[in-house]
Amino acid sequence: MTRELSRRAFLGSTAALSVAFTLPRPAGAATAKTNDPAEVDGFLSIGPDGSVTVYCGKVDLGQGLRVAIRQMAAEELGIGIESIVLIEGDTRFTPDQGPTAGSTGVARGGVQIRQAAATARQALIRLAAARLDRSPEDLDLRDGLVAPRDGGRSIGMGDLVGENGFALKLDPKAPLRDPAEYRVVGKPLPRPDVPAKVCGTHAYVHDFKLPGMLHGRVIRPPSVGAALLKVDETSIKAVKGARVVRIKDFLAVVANREWDAIRAAGMLKAIWSDSARLMGHGAVRDALRAGPFIAEEVLKAKGDAAARLAEAPPAVDYYWPVQSHGSLGPSCAVAQVGNGAATIWTASQATHKFRPTFAALLGLAVDKVRLVYLDGSGCYGMNGHDDAAADAALLAKATGKPVRVAWSRDDELGWDPKGPPQLIALRGAMSPMGQLLGWSTEMWLPKATAGLPNVPLLSPEAAGLDQPKGLVTGLIAQNGDPPYAVADLEVKVHWLADAPLRPSNIRAPGKIANVFAVESYFDELCAGIGLDPLVTRLMGLRDLRGVAVLSKAASMMAWAPRPVPNPKGDGSGRGIAYVHYKHSETYVAVAMEVAVDRDTGRIAVKRVTCAHDCGLVINPDALKMQIEGCVLQTLSRTLLEEVTFDTSRVTSTDQSTYPILGFAEVPHMDIELIDRPEQPPMGGGEAAATPVPAALANAVFDAAGIRLRTVPFTPERVKAALRTL
Amino acid sequence: MAALGKPPIWPYTADPTKREAPMSGKPASPGKPVSKAKAPALLSLTVNGAPRHAAAADGDMPLVFWLRDELGLTGTHLGCGKGECGSCTVLIDGEPARSCQTTLAAAAGKAVTTIEGLGTPQAPHPLQAAFIAEQTAQCGWCTAGMVVEGAALLARNAQPGRDEAKAALEGHLCRCGSHHRVLRAVLRAGGREPS
Ligand code: FES
Ligand code: FES
Repeated sequence: MTRELSRRAFLGSTAALSVAFTLPRPAGAATAKTNDPAEVDGFLSIGPDGSVTVYCGKVDLGQGLRVAIRQMAAEELGIGIESIVLIEGDTRFTPDQGPTAGSTGVARGGVQIRQAAATARQALIRLAAARLDRSPEDLDLRDGLVAPRDGGRSIGMGDLVGENGFALKLDPKAPLRDPAEYRVVGKPLPRPDVPAKVCGTHAYVHDFKLPGMLHGRVIRPPSVGAALLKVDETSIKAVKGARVVRIKDFLAVVANREWDAIRAAGMLKAIWSDSARLMGHGAVRDALRAGPFIAEEVLKAKGDAAARLAEAPPAVDYYWPVQSHGSLGPSCAVAQVGNGAATIWTASQATHKFRPTFAALLGLAVDKVRLVYLDGSGCYGMNGHDDAAADAALLAKATGKPVRVAWSRDDELGWDPKGPPQLIALRGAMSPMGQLLGWSTEMWLPKATAGLPNVPLLSPEAAGLDQPKGLVTGLIAQNGDPPYAVADLEVKVHWLADAPLRPSNIRAPGKIANVFAVESYFDELCAGIGLDPLVTRLMGLRDLRGVAVLSKAASMMAWAPRPVPNPKGDGSGRGIAYVHYKHSETYVAVAMEVAVDRDTGRIAVKRVTCAHDCGLVINPDALKMQIEGCVLQTLSRTLLEEVTFDTSRVTSTDQSTYPILGFAEVPHMDIELIDRPEQPPMGGGEAAATPVPAALANAVFDAAGIRLRTVPFTPERVKAALRTL
Repeated sequence: MAALGKPPIWPYTADPTKREAPMSGKPASPGKPVSKAKAPALLSLTVNGAPRHAAAADGDMPLVFWLRDELGLTGTHLGCGKGECGSCTVLIDGEPARSCQTTLAAAAGKAVTTIEGLGTPQAPHPLQAAFIAEQTAQCGWCTAGMVVEGAALLARNAQPGRDEAKAALEGHLCRCGSHHRVLRAVLRAGGREPS
């Protein structure tokens, strides 16, 4: 196993973690370290002893990046991953590689680091060639040494790189190793953080302590947008050491222990204004079609879809509700503010992106603010972590002490920024042979505000501090058209000015709903003609990688064409769905076997098969883990999840009101990876989520003859649909 | 004007009907806070085999905070604080209990085993070894609670099947979707072929 490879050496000498760590010193002179992504030294340093430190702007949120990034760097450097210390998401030391979002960790973050390592190898070989008086072509970098391939004198990496590092621009053309020679990439190496996670010694931001640190708890208003009218500070005097911090409508307590802060927050008497500025979840669907709109955009147009569809049956609507990230643990952060500088330890997916935000919030210059990533409870898009960081920053500034803030479950589900709702109307025509003749997609979606640096945060809003306002939703309009050949096509989006609750990106933004609609409706067209949905898909595909994943997922289920719905009529069914993610990245097909209980309306997912092609596979085991997570989390979102709210507040704040999938519902799962070493590596954290709802809906149709177009697929919805048969 | 409807100080004082269901009948009794007058100055309990003492004044503190903040045993995670997720599971006298629902007073006189008490990366419990072999954790927030619950299952049933493992772990939530590997790990630890 590896050393505990860690950024913890950087946490500062005053940092005390309550769990034991080994603290490897990263190589090189850390204080002078550049984080310029154009420089090799931004990503890589090599110590005199040949030790290697990799600086990664992307972070491991539980998805396995910690091993994948090491593998990509190690391969080019010709070393094992255990020789690499990895520093993640620290604005002082790691280059800005963009947020860890959009399934770009490996595809962009890793590829950039791989290129830096390849540039380094080229430089090391060049330097060694001069010293050894050999031609660079004769030399290779292996096991920390530059050595002639035919034997002879070698030089260690550490002897070739001086105090000042490489001082070399990253060369986008530096040759990469030939995949045929890979020793590290493509291996199912164990993730370095797993033993500590399994034995309770892995340190999270929640476990990070500073001397004199206070625990803060923010009291959110009883209604979104309520004003704080009155606070009775004496109401918490029973809690020793607890005190109130109030900045306009930002209300918090701080105390010496977390339990004391929780108790004080519970005791605090406050009076808030009434506020009823929400529409209530029951009104969302109609509101999406009603506007107000700020733009209408034709995303794709080919031929004349309107003319082609003139005789087609009317459009049908698919609806995806507001959903929560639902992170299991509370959002948490620790902040220290003082002496004209601030450091924030945070589980943020986007430390670099939030740096100017925190600088503005604290009234400091950007270069005086440092954000350091530490693990939190997994997040799947921007959950409450950045809000918790802002809470901690405000409290640290107000108290002059380091402050840790951890949210409550109610705040997590009530106040995390939400996945936005989506309404998608589809209309199409298919030939008797199964060719798509015409297709129209019309979407109603909240528009992301152009140029908005980040999701507006709760505490600056409450404290009356200026911050840019608007909506962040992610790229939610992608994959709204079928991946099959079609003669006439139009994809149009009506952009809404607002969203019912503060939105942010949530795993595979928008594309889960869009693929749900498109791949369900494709089955509707097949069923209208009586064609097998698998065969019809295969006929419409023009991309052989798509054909490969679809055939594989189907054959794993021993798919043989037969009429749909299932003639057996016993409530069992199967379904399949496919995506070419963003029409440019990963290929995935998911097939599913379900049983529908006509009496209870319950859907039981029995088995899931998935075939996945994301190009070059870096770590097949970590990739499979991500695919399993995509499948299970999306089953949960499809079967169970809708954020409910009244006109004042979110009302789904616990497991009974916002249930997520439990062990009873876990199906058997088989996953096959198609490795394509000649192709660039693409993401594995999102794509496999997108075909899940349609595979499920198609299987339910096969099982029971009902077409579910509204998520979640609750027993009530199933029973209502059965009654209409 | 609306007075903030007084929230319960801690969810275990909330509507008990709401919290029973997802806990699958396994939480330790929350217990009654000890009356200050009769309470001894110190509460004594055993944690991972070592005798420990807590201030009696903290009798109503849920065990999870004391383990984490006073003893530095941060392997026990606070998830929901409502008895709904299982992240905070520890063993009390060998039985799985939710440490967010168990007060220090209720744990007094008992033996508490946390995830750290089961094993270490160097000398893991057989179930921890199986979790490592199956590379089970994603973010790892839920993992310790599942390991503790699974260890208790293995203590009662050396070779649990997949359905028995599912039943034992019902009431443990994972948002990352590590369930499949958790089940494999439990089967593996029992010497069965993971499926
Ligand atoms: S934290 Fe105790 S059950 Fe969730
Ligand atoms: S591994 Fe993240 S919650 Fe279970």
